[in-house]
Amino acid sequence: MTAPLTTPSQTVGPFFAVPGALPWPDGPYVVPGGTPGAIRITGRVLDGAGEPVPDALVETWQADPDGGLGHPDDPRALAITGGRPFRGFGRCATDPDGRYWILTAKPGPLPTPDGRVEAPHLDVSVFARGLLQRLVTRIYFPDETAANAQDPVLSEIADHDVRATLIARAEGDGLRFDIHLQGPDETAFFAV
Amino acid sequence: MSAKSTTTAPHPAGGFELPSYPRDDSSHPIMGFTGYVGTRLRTPEQPLRPLPQWLTEVTGPAFGHERVGEMDADLTRQHAGQPLGERIVVSGRVLETDGRPVPNTLVEVWQANAAGRYVHAGDRHPAPIDPNFSGAGRCVTDAEGNYRFVTIKPGAYPWLNHHNAWRPAHIHFSLFGRAFTQRLITQMYFPGDPLFDQDPIFNSVRDERAQRRLISRFDLATTVPEWALSYRFDIVLRGADATPFEDEEDDH
Repeated sequence: MTAPLTTPSQTVGPFFAVPGALPWPDGPYVVPGGTPGAIRITGRVLDGAGEPVPDALVETWQADPDGGLGHPDDPRALAITGGRPFRGFGRCATDPDGRYWILTAKPGPLPTPDGRVEAPHLDVSVFARGLLQRLVTRIYFPDETAANAQDPVLSEIADHDVRATLIARAEGDGLRFDIHLQGPDETAFFAV
Repeated sequence: MSAKSTTTAPHPAGGFELPSYPRDDSSHPIMGFTGYVGTRLRTPEQPLRPLPQWLTEVTGPAFGHERVGEMDADLTRQHAGQPLGERIVVSGRVLETDGRPVPNTLVEVWQANAAGRYVHAGDRHPAPIDPNFSGAGRCVTDAEGNYRFVTIKPGAYPWLNHHNAWRPAHIHFSLFGRAFTQRLITQMYFPGDPLFDQDPIFNSVRDERAQRRLISRFDLATTVPEWALSYRFDIVLRGADATPFEDEEDDH
């Protein structure tokens, strides 16, 4: 039997926010409001001219604070979580200023199959009109200097300024993570 | 946050295997496809960096029936009256590249109404809004990966990409699959659409065989007699090379 080939990606387009579509009312809440220790991450999505992208969709996926993912393909899953108590997923459409936000908990560090340790991070997907495929990036935490220095993904990026685009910065009570789609401040994006 | 065992060390020292999802670049659009004006300021200029497929990448959220309301899979029954237009069934299977179904996965759709108009403040096409049609739906695949929507055939609509540009009729699809690597947003088109040749979004997929995988097929077998015509659209997500832990799906 010939294996089926994958269905191509297409742009999310400008109209994914019709009533009842992708922006869920609880989308930004990776953890419920009022969760002790919850962190608000906010930022703007900006285009190559530095203008806000008001029609982007930002999604995040992450481990729980103990590094659990509650997934059958995680060989540690049953030992750590015994199920799926943690949603792990955030989704927020940008507003007219290009701003998105999520409320989450800092994930734990994760082991790699070859015995190294990934610093706490969120995987991020960015969808927008004009993007024919999603863009993938990561959010790391500014108070994890030692862990970030050992992180095998960050360590692969030689340019300090590029590496810095992946690390959120403290702002007020929360964290700020801007996403520059293009230009001199372009965020590091990944092929996964 | 969540009660869980703390008896396991938080980061055991490796020694485990994870599934691997081969890349499928030949299926996908050229990111900065020049015919599509909207890409120009939004496409990164630097090459993408390889990201290993480790724990965060080979896992993903598991949204299911808890996110789906009673009327969500029938876009013709979400308001007091019937929407205008040609009533259709859109159904198919969500599969991986090895042909395995993707069960219990959330499928989200959105679309224009029969006149080619979205219920969205940004849509300036001077075509009527239908008070009986919002154009958004969701459902969850069954154990064999099947999904099914009832809706209205969307209309084509003009956009400002180039002179006299029109989008072929399409329905937007959003899929999670079982892993971050599989996340896919795409568009389903209808067979024989005369607008394909001038549409840069459709043509951003350069491989003709891949283009064909975006086009649904008319299917008499799944029509509802005296009620609705029917289109089939199977969606294939990146599959894992091998699943080292389980040979069979075993979702408890």
